[in-house]
Amino acid sequence: MSDDTKKLAIIATKGSLDWAYPPFILASTAAALGYEVQIFFTFYGLQLLRKKLALEVTPLGNPGMPMPMNMDKWFPTFLLAAPGMQSMMTSMMKKKMKEKGVASLEELRDLCLEADVKFVACQMTVDLFDMERSEFIEDVEYAGAAAFFEFAGDSDICLYV
Amino acid sequence: MADFDEELDASGLNCPLPILRAKKALGKMEGGKVLHIIATDPGSVKDFESFSNQTGNELLESKEEGGKFHFLIKKKT
Repeated sequence: MSDDTKKLAIIATKGSLDWAYPPFILASTAAALGYEVQIFFTFYGLQLLRKKLALEVTPLGNPGMPMPMNMDKWFPTFLLAAPGMQSMMTSMMKKKMKEKGVASLEELRDLCLEADVKFVACQMTVDLFDMERSEFIEDVEYAGAAAFFEFAGDSDICLYV
Repeated sequence: MADFDEELDASGLNCPLPILRAKKALGKMEGGKVLHIIATDPGSVKDFESFSNQTGNELLESKEEGGKFHFLIKKKT
């Protein structure tokens, strides 16, 4: 890479279906525009590196999430904690995304890898949650905060998601 | 619509897929060749302008026709 290549550094900290989109969308698009991109996955963001993604979305604690039949306006909040609610919301969200031609996370993640976006997993969080490297896809490097700053310090854009 | 060498139908796809598919298609083409992209995402109008500005692949034409958006992009030589 030449020195005038623009660089994008992203920290991905969220592990829900909805919050998995921004890092992968921005990373793949930046790569298509010629950026060199690195994503540092830490805490719940590590869920985005699992071989099989099983991310869900929840309306709990998120009054801004639009729901079918305007449920966000009248449905009692405490009932959102009912068993099965989260998986129901997740499958409805996935269906909607498919209908609207929104890419799946698997597809976006693959596009990132194809475009040489570098994935770095936070080794400390991997240890903290007793995770195994074998649970994650192979194209991942393991490092810490100092390694992140080596790339981020030179970046043109740095985002915390 | 002017002449083009390759065509990409990105109808029904949403952000950022039309851009990513276009980038991929351009990658397989020689410099100076023209790619015709068809899209239905209204956001792609501004996005292809920005894509062109940032990558140096020239946006020769951008228009709406029959409810779809058409773009002609000439690959940078």
